[in-house]
Amino acid sequence: MEGFKTLLYKECLRFWKVGFQTVLSPVLNAVLYLLIFGHVLEDHVQPYPGVNYTAFLVPGLVMMTVLQNAFANSSSSLIQSKITGNIVFVLLPPISYREFYAAYVLAAVLRATLCGIGVLLVSLPLTDLHFAAPGWIIAFTLMGGAFLASLGVIAGIWADKFDQLAAFQNFLIMPLTMLSGVFYSIHSLPAVWQGVSHFNPFFFMIDGFRYGFFGVSDVSPWASFGVVSVCFVVLAAITLQMLARGYKLRA
Amino acid sequence: MIPAIRIAGVTKRFRSLQALAGVDLEVAQGEFFGLLGPNGAGKTTLISSLAGLARPDSGTLEVMGHDVVKDYRAARLALGVVPQELVFDPFFSVREMLKIQSGYFGIRNNDDWIDEILHHLDLTGKAGANMRMLSGGMKRRALVAQALVHRPPVIVLDEPTAGVDVELRQGLWQFIRKLNQDGHTIVLTTHYLEEAETLCGRIAMLKAGRVVALDTTANLLQRFASHTLRVSLAEPITLAGPLAGKLLKTEGSTLEFGFDAFDEVADLLAGVRTCGGKVVDMVLGKPDMEQVFVGIMNQN
Repeated sequence: MEGFKTLLYKECLRFWKVGFQTVLSPVLNAVLYLLIFGHVLEDHVQPYPGVNYTAFLVPGLVMMTVLQNAFANSSSSLIQSKITGNIVFVLLPPISYREFYAAYVLAAVLRATLCGIGVLLVSLPLTDLHFAAPGWIIAFTLMGGAFLASLGVIAGIWADKFDQLAAFQNFLIMPLTMLSGVFYSIHSLPAVWQGVSHFNPFFFMIDGFRYGFFGVSDVSPWASFGVVSVCFVVLAAITLQMLARGYKLRA
Repeated sequence: MIPAIRIAGVTKRFRSLQALAGVDLEVAQGEFFGLLGPNGAGKTTLISSLAGLARPDSGTLEVMGHDVVKDYRAARLALGVVPQELVFDPFFSVREMLKIQSGYFGIRNNDDWIDEILHHLDLTGKAGANMRMLSGGMKRRALVAQALVHRPPVIVLDEPTAGVDVELRQGLWQFIRKLNQDGHTIVLTTHYLEEAETLCGRIAMLKAGRVVALDTTANLLQRFASHTLRVSLAEPITLAGPLAGKLLKTEGSTLEFGFDAFDEVADLLAGVRTCGGKVVDMVLGKPDMEQVFVGIMNQN
């Protein structure tokens, strides 16, 4: 247990030491999105009755920040350790693969939550936000963060170079996030694309998270949470299996 | 007494390369053991298998009686490994890194021992420095410190003095010797054969994934090496009779003979004169591990 706690502490210390890059910078990015898109679309789009566009956008941006940073934390930490070779310091001690997984995922969720809180705090003075069901906000933050953190562990282990990791991030994570309803309600899409959106687990994360603010969503939050939970369990099982086999870590 | 290390029938293949082809080896507790071999002989793969960094295709490995797969926690607690590559985590200072490494091994409040290690490795003044700021030799010593934070009874050093200057190397060996005297089992791989000869009580030589020699250093020297007489002649000569059998190598007009007892030197010089050789220079050499190494590698 001490090994797990230390690895978790080390992972948190690692991102905290470069907090400008890992926490403040994502918050600034999200706030820029909010200012620009909010300013341009505020008077043109009303996604839900009684909810203005800027207010609608904030939960989407918070969740996008959570998801992207959960992925970034575990994936970048692992690939850096692999490429520099210092991953041996984690592989030599008596740390089980489950502890390894839990530490990387929890640290990533923690950073993601910090970033999300940062975006939320900066957004609060800019719009009129409600917290209709805070329990869902917390639940989707943790589950969505854990899902992406697991995906980050897979990507970090699989990628042999930064280029491959960037491809994973730019060709998978970024499109799935952008097309998940961060900037729009899927009811504004044609029927075909609404159907396609239901194959994107990110959509359920953002939709369920948004329900926590407005009490309104495209899909029932229970259904969304079910989808996200099943996806997380499947991904966690795959990641644990990779770690148990020592895939690309133990020759 | 349980051996510090027991390796039985270990094989490991990387695609077409048979890195380990059935290695059997035992290292007793308290030994200073050398693992020698040319590049690609399988030394690092063997150490990686022992440390759990590689998974053998077959065979078993134990550290202090603990199987490195089935009882990996106890096996890893008993083992400290100094990796060959100069790796470090650029985010942390030396002390932070050692505290973190202690925690990985389940140890909290390890400051007293960390201070002692830093002192012995002459790193006290650098405890607060970021790992990136250290010189190569200091990074190497920090790696040794990392391997020792959990006071492992068995310490494996994979080419720890590669690229380290002479003064630092001597300091490092003084410390490792002290650890050995305190009861730690030391396993060393190195390309510096004179280091192995001086430090190791027993040596195994690996070639193409097999143990091709395993004996005490003294026995290996006795069996595979001899005193040498190196004579430089005014002109090359052709040797005849028993003299030719004593010749180890020829470099132009310089001849190197091997012999076991010093009274043979007079006979060798007389033989050279008989063959028409005029000696212009002469050097006597002791048996050394390089001869043993070259001899064994050529035999196999």
